[in-house]
Formats: sequence, C-alpha cells, structure tokens
Amino acid sequence: MSILINKDTRVMTQGITGKAGQYHTKTGKEYANGPNCYVAGVNPKKAGEAYEGIPIFGSVADAKKQTGANVSVIYVPPPFAAAAIWEAIEADLDLVICITEGIPVRDMIEVKDKMRKQRRKTILVGPNCPGVITPDEIKIGIMPGHIHKKGRIGVVSRSGTLTYEAVGQLMDLGLGQSSCVGIGGDPVNGMKHVEVMKLFNEDPETDAVIMVGEIGGDDEETCARWIKDNMKKPVVGFIAGVTAPPGKRMGHAGAIISGGKGTAQEKLNIMEECGIKVTKNPADMGRLLKSVLK
Amino acid sequence: MKIHEYQGKEILRKYGVPTPRGIPVFSVDEAVAAAEKLGGPVWVVKAQIHAGGRGKGGGVKVAKSVADVKARSSEILGMQLVTHQTSPEGQKVRRLLIEEGADIKKELYVGMVVDRVTQVVCLMASSEGGMDIEEVAAHTPEKIHKVFIDPVAGLTDADSDAVALKIGVPQASLAEARKCLQGLYKAFWETDASLAEINPLIVTGDGKVIALDAKLNFDSNALFRHPDIVAYRDLDEEDPAEIEASKFDLAYISLDGTIGCLVNGAGLAMATMDVVKLYGGAPANFLDVGGSATAEKVTEAFKIMLKNPNLQAILVNIFGGIMKCDTIANGLVSAVKATSLSVPLIARMRGTNEDLGKKILAESGLPIISADNLADAAEKAVKAAAEYAAKAKK
Repeated sequence: MSILINKDTRVMTQGITGKAGQYHTKTGKEYANGPNCYVAGVNPKKAGEAYEGIPIFGSVADAKKQTGANVSVIYVPPPFAAAAIWEAIEADLDLVICITEGIPVRDMIEVKDKMRKQRRKTILVGPNCPGVITPDEIKIGIMPGHIHKKGRIGVVSRSGTLTYEAVGQLMDLGLGQSSCVGIGGDPVNGMKHVEVMKLFNEDPETDAVIMVGEIGGDDEETCARWIKDNMKKPVVGFIAGVTAPPGKRMGHAGAIISGGKGTAQEKLNIMEECGIKVTKNPADMGRLLKSVLK
Repeated sequence: MKIHEYQGKEILRKYGVPTPRGIPVFSVDEAVAAAEKLGGPVWVVKAQIHAGGRGKGGGVKVAKSVADVKARSSEILGMQLVTHQTSPEGQKVRRLLIEEGADIKKELYVGMVVDRVTQVVCLMASSEGGMDIEEVAAHTPEKIHKVFIDPVAGLTDADSDAVALKIGVPQASLAEARKCLQGLYKAFWETDASLAEINPLIVTGDGKVIALDAKLNFDSNALFRHPDIVAYRDLDEEDPAEIEASKFDLAYISLDGTIGCLVNGAGLAMATMDVVKLYGGAPANFLDVGGSATAEKVTEAFKIMLKNPNLQAILVNIFGGIMKCDTIANGLVSAVKATSLSVPLIARMRGTNEDLGKKILAESGLPIISADNLADAAEKAVKAAAEYAAKAKK
C-alpha cells in the first residue's frame, strides 16, 4: 500500500512534447515500474505520434479510452495549464498532478469553482508542485527518484527541494518512505495538507508522517487541528520562513505573511498545541521523526 | 506587482468607480499648474510611493490656496517618506497626486483578496475607514464584514447592498455604493489583481460614495495578459538588486543580515535562512536560483549579492534534482573567478552527482569551504562571516 499512486497506476503526460514534459516523462518511465506505468501522452497537434515508445493522443479522453490511464501529470505552459487541468477533470480521471509553475490565480479560482459546483471526484495535486512518489514503485513529477527508498514514513510538503531535504535526512537515518506528496506553493490549489494527512492516516503501510510547511495561509493550522482529533499516528513538523519579513513574497505565490497572519511562529505554536512535535531547525526533521517512532 | 495610487484610480475609473478629480505631477511647477486647472478652494497634495501609511508619515497634506499647494508640494517632493511599510530610510518621493478636496461625512474601508480557504475572492468591508485596517482586524474583528464572491455570479446587488448597510452607507446612497463595490470587484477580477483596497471609501455630505484612495497589487503570473498594467511599473519604487535579479530569472529579496544565501527552491531557501539565524547569523538575502542554474546565472547571483556592503559570507545550499551538483560546482568555480570573490564561500551540495560536484570544488584550488549537511553549512557560514568581519575591522 501507499497513498494516491502505486505500481499499478497508469499515467498519461499532458504536455509530453515540451522540454520539461519529455525529460520528466523519460525519468519517470525509467524509474521502478515506470516502463509499465507511463502509457500515454497528450498533445492535440501530435496525435498518432510517439515519444520514447509512449503513444501520443489528441485528447485526455482519448488517451484514457485507448490506454486505461487513470492519472495524468501536467507540464503544459502556464497560460494553458488551467485548461489542461480542466480537460483531465472532465475526462473523470482519478488523479491529476499539475507540475506547471506560474498559473494565474484567477485561472485556478475558475477551475476549483467548477470542480466544486459540478461535484467532480478527480483529485488535484498542485499546481506548482514537485509531484508524488511512491518509492520503488512509481515516480510522477520532477523529484530525483534515486534519493528515495521504500519504507514506512509519509512526507507531505508545500515545497520541492525542502521535501528532498527531509527525504535526505530520513535516508541518512535509514528510514524509507511510503509516499511523498508535494502539494505545491500556490494559494489556490488542489490537495491541502489535511487531505493528504487523512490518506496517510488510513494507509496501513505508513507509520509516521513528516509535515513540512511554509509561511502564509492557514493550511498547516487546519491540518494540525484535524490531527489533534483524528490522527492515529505520530506527526512531526517544520515550517519554513521564521526569518521571512512580513509583506515579502518568498518565491512561492502563497508564501507571504500578510495582515500579521501566517507567520511561521504562529503555525508552530498551533501545531505544538495539537500534539505535533515541531522543530525550528530544518536540519533536524529526520532526527525528530525518528524520535517519535515506536 | 504594485502600482501608484493615481494609476489605481485610473483603473478604477474605467470600471465606473467614482474618484476625486486629480492630476499626477512630477515637479512643483506641474503641481501649481494642476492646482489651477482643478480649481479650489481645497486641494490635497499626496505623495505617490508604493507603500501605505503615507498620511501618518507626512506625505499627504491639505492645501487651501494655490500658494499653499506650491509650498506643500515643495516639502513633499524629494523627501524621504518613512512609513511602517517602507525601510527605515524611507522611500524618496518622486511623484505627487494633486487632487480636489472632498466633503467627507463618513470614512469607510473596502478591500479584496483571494481567500485561500474558500478559494474565491473575498470582499472585506468596515465602517472604520481611514485607519490601519490591520489594527481594526486585531482589536475589533467584529467591525470587519466579509463577502465571499461567487466567480460566476460576481458581486450581486443584494450582497453589495447588504454589506454597504452594515458598514454605515445610508439607504439613499446604496446605488452609489454599488458603483464602487461592484466596480472594484470587476476591476479586481478582470485585471488579475491580488489585492485591492480603498481606504478610505467616503460618503460625502451630499450622499455620494467616492474612492479617496486606491491600492492595487497584481498577480505577477498573469501580467502576460495585461501589457497595460505592466506599463504602470515604476522601477524607482523597486529594490535595484531585486530588479537586476529578475532579469536573470532569479527570485531575490534583500534582507538586513550579513550572510548571502544562494539556494535552489523557495522552501529550501527559506529553511536555509532559518537555519542561519538559528546558528546565530543573519541572512543578507533570500535567493532562489530555480531549477536550472547555469554558470552564468550563478555568476550573476554572486554579483548581485556582492553589491551588498554588509555581505560577510556566501552560503550556497543546493539539493540537486533536475539540477546536477557538478553543474552547480562548475558554476561556482567560474563565479568565484569571475567576481574575484573576497568573502568566504561555504558550499553544501546534496543529490544528483553530489560526489562529482564535491570533487570539482576540492580540485579547483579555490578556498571554498565544503559542508556536509544543513546544520554544518550554517555553522561554518556563521563562523566564517564572523572571522571575515573581525579581519575587516583590523
């Protein structure tokens, strides 16, 4: 078991003909069960062609029908990415992972509004995220596969390389991961920390979870309150941005302290109140996780 | 992206929001001409900088004669305006807005942001206009009313009227208020704004509702579809280091510490700043080189950091994924040579081709301090910065 994706997942790449789409489809296909997992690409202008032996279809619906792919990963450029997400949702895929960075917030408001009003069941991860990996089974996204190995720790994070840092620290201590989910740094996005946490809670192969957050918003606080009342497994946390000044956007569109809200300290306080072991030292995430294992 | 008040008012007027008549000016002579053109008896001279709190800082003055406009304009133009949103040195005033005076009966507040929880635009309104709204939110949150706006329906007449009544707009002025609230929402939505504020929105003696101020910020990811808004950009209001960095696709923010940080990824960049602080240092900047740092990009990043007179050390923290550690190592070596680097450089690399990267640094013959992990890197950077500072003092 794992969450969201495993060796039986069948993936299509939207934007398979662009540079990033090609590169990461190739590395995904080369990782673990990738050769069986990556079954389709989508580009309306290149239907009938192929990339690395992966057939390209004119639409998501067509790719799904022909290959049975139930998950899509999106590398489509920002101006067209929201439409690509919506196409995947309309095709009723189980999961859409959008890697694209720089999608206008308004476009995402419209997508999410339609998802809610039409009660769509497709799960969205991202945009502006590294993707999801279930080590030694399948990798969907831009994370380096070789730094992971299969194990029993769940990782959920808003950032990319900081997630790799957490994974690296776990690996130094010999701890593998069940799944690692990068939910992305945009203010209007798909899965939030709490939704990923619920899946880890139900996953019999996850023993404990590292939750990596950032300044801005209150996703971590919402997740912490849920953990307090529901979580059966230990959770440790780190929030990046204790030193970030208010009003300055720290790279990610969502990483901003505004109106005195969303500071790292406030998040850490609430997480601690909810029984989550937290650290202010990003070099200490792995050790802290190890300390809560039974 | 931020713009000036007068530019914000230009946009709002296009969306039917009433504003006072006003003319932006760049000199005292132009200010006098503007005052004569507008006619009296009362004018307001308003400093145009990209920061709030201008009134408290002495950047907004009322004038009762053209001579008075001239005197006030001379005072404000060129001053270093210090507000709670500027740096301690303040921001130099280069533009003014000369506006007709208004007959203020009530001062209200309206603002809009994207609400992360409901994932729609939220209208915030309060009867406590003219004040620092963050103070109102902190002390009397019950005085802030929120409307979550359906992206398809927009701000309806019913919602506009209901919130207008709550903040004290008289019944007779509800139609006037609609012009402001619905116009503001339409402007927000269609221009891809990330923040919009009218503070104060006023009710005049004769029942008109007017935007006396306008603050608009825009989603930088959407600027590609708004060339008219990009044209409003005022580089004088931005940090030269940040402008320079943006040319090379580097996300850079100046901070007031001494240890320059060069990191790939926003989250890791913040975490690196945090760990520097934890070990007793202070970061000189936030710098995310992104996923594709070339030797050229690293060199430019070094040049930008080196312009900071407070810099005492550079800490490079790379977790290689797509970016390979050997590529970054080669980039570092050429950057050190190209900039004749004088401050100590601490490099920590992990991930793809890590061993190769470390080998390149070790064999370069350059005095690059290598670190194994995040804590080690921060500790070494803080120590090296202190030693550099001590040596510089002598």
